[in-house]
Amino acid sequence: MSARDAILAAIRRAAVPPAELPDLREVSQVAGEAPPDLVRRFIATLKEVGGGAVELAGPDELFGAVAVLPAVRAARGIVSSVPELDVSLLTLGPDATRAQLDAIEQAIIPGRLGVAENAAIWVDEADLPHRAVPFVAQHMAIVLPKRDIVADMHAAYRRLPRPLPGYGVFISGPSKTADIEQALVIGAQGPKSLVVFLV
Amino acid sequence: MSHSDAARRFLADQARTTWHDQAVWSFRAKRDRQAYGIPEWEALREAAAGIKAHTMSRLGEYLEEFERNATQNGAVVHWARDAAEHNRIVLEILRNRGATRLVKSKSMLTEECGLNPFLEAHGITVTDTDLGERIVQLSGMGPSHIVAPAIHLRREEVGDLFHRLLGTPEGLSDPTQLTAAARLHLRERFLACDAALTGANFGVAETGGIVVVTNEGNADLGIALAPLHIASMGIEKLIPRLDHLAVFVRLLARSTTGQPISAYTSHVQAPRLGSALHIILVDNGRTAQLARPEFRKSLHCIRCAACLNTCPVFRRSGGYSYGYVLPGPIGQVLAPGVDARAHRDLPFASSLCLSCGDVCPVKVDLPDQLYRWRQRLGEQGLVSGRKRAVMRVMGWVMARPALYERAGVLTRWALRGLPRVVLAAFARTWTAHRELPEAPTEAFRDWYRKRRGAGAAR
Repeated sequence: MSARDAILAAIRRAAVPPAELPDLREVSQVAGEAPPDLVRRFIATLKEVGGGAVELAGPDELFGAVAVLPAVRAARGIVSSVPELDVSLLTLGPDATRAQLDAIEQAIIPGRLGVAENAAIWVDEADLPHRAVPFVAQHMAIVLPKRDIVADMHAAYRRLPRPLPGYGVFISGPSKTADIEQALVIGAQGPKSLVVFLV
Repeated sequence: MSHSDAARRFLADQARTTWHDQAVWSFRAKRDRQAYGIPEWEALREAAAGIKAHTMSRLGEYLEEFERNATQNGAVVHWARDAAEHNRIVLEILRNRGATRLVKSKSMLTEECGLNPFLEAHGITVTDTDLGERIVQLSGMGPSHIVAPAIHLRREEVGDLFHRLLGTPEGLSDPTQLTAAARLHLRERFLACDAALTGANFGVAETGGIVVVTNEGNADLGIALAPLHIASMGIEKLIPRLDHLAVFVRLLARSTTGQPISAYTSHVQAPRLGSALHIILVDNGRTAQLARPEFRKSLHCIRCAACLNTCPVFRRSGGYSYGYVLPGPIGQVLAPGVDARAHRDLPFASSLCLSCGDVCPVKVDLPDQLYRWRQRLGEQGLVSGRKRAVMRVMGWVMARPALYERAGVLTRWALRGLPRVVLAAFARTWTAHRELPEAPTEAFRDWYRKRRGAGAAR
């Protein structure tokens, strides 16, 4: 008997009595929040998780806003996959070598969806030059439309595309660890900073 | 070694015990702040428990649905009955691709399977890439805590380890600088790896995808850089639908480290262009647990470690004292199912204070299971002779109210009248770390009788 058949047979033998799926209407209690409140809550939570927020009046202000990023000022290792922000100094594609990826100082990518309760931002692989970009970059910036901020994870999952992309990730703040004596250190294996431009 | 002997060793260093207790408790304090910040917290726990119970009732169907969808997404799905089969499959996948350098993110399942020593014995270089995991790997040990693997080590000890093995300056113990050194060391490993292995926090039947959660981004670095991704997943990690993920993602990080969500919640559906994705579905005792109705709910566990962080015994005895890969209350109810004889003392290493049951985000009935294991172990004759004798005497006395009342009188008289040295000789273990209690001036029964009139207490 194959391992598959043996495991499925053992599950049948366990004869677990039926149990219905629970009612999920009670799990979300934040409906009806006004959009400005969502943005405010998103920004406050983002600060708590170690990220920074820059609120812009519109996409026109983006160019000026990214100009203050240290890597942009130094004109070093910039990759942008934000369509209206053509500031890339590195040209990367899905076939990028690891050495090329490791050279990314600052990545600027679009976010599809923000979540007010935990400052998570949904990043879709389709918006990335390479899947590794949000993790190998020394510093990260995400451009997120304010109108795409939802209250909680229930709303967020309802809004995700079906079928899901080959790879997608909720990013909340920069990479971090507290594995040595519980001292919080920002910038563990991934980006050392995350700034979110809200447009 | 029994849990109490191992705990005694840990307790020998009192300063470390106190520090460990406080460090672990700080997770619990942060968890409380998050849980109290969400009015629907109890509804979420209820929903999570319900979704898991439902999944377990149709586990076979959902596994087949998951396999179908994952295969359609371009993943290769494997099934492993036990640890040995899982390890063989991993090695075979690596060998087929000629991979020898593996980067690995945290996975309690692979700890359970003893994967690292197996692969190393077969010539694979395994690098654990979570900082805490890397620290314990360099120290030659396994994790002492489910989510904070190196919580038992002080910064100076990590500094020494890094000095000897990674060449950091002698005496360097600043966590920020040590983390920066580890970052450089691990970045080299990421850039040179042939394969990445991750666990899976969740598998979604509806989408055939897996979800991996980290704070460091180490799982994603491996997934996105290596030409091969192997994901090892316990069959109980499955949930039916994508919408259900919201419930679990909201509970997990809040229960674990008191964060509103972990930094990275990654949804892997398909391999990157030109790379391969293998998912191994592992039983290793899970179907046996499924067949035990009174312990079935332990399969709801999402490995958040909230039960460890709240447990007064875990906090003061350390993860290694349990002698099982999962320490704390969840380990205490899972280990006897794996090997009742080897782990027969674990269900007794608890004061049954019920706190673990209160904090569990998926409502595993941990205190009830601890209690039930004690009964089962007793029936199987796996309780030590001394414990059995004491319980028999206690039971005999407690079944006789008049005798019990007189025993109380005697105890109060002894506590008041006998010299400390004599009493200490009777209660050596108790008095080693604390004073005997003050004897109350009267028994509850006497007090009650006085208030309610004679005969009321009968």
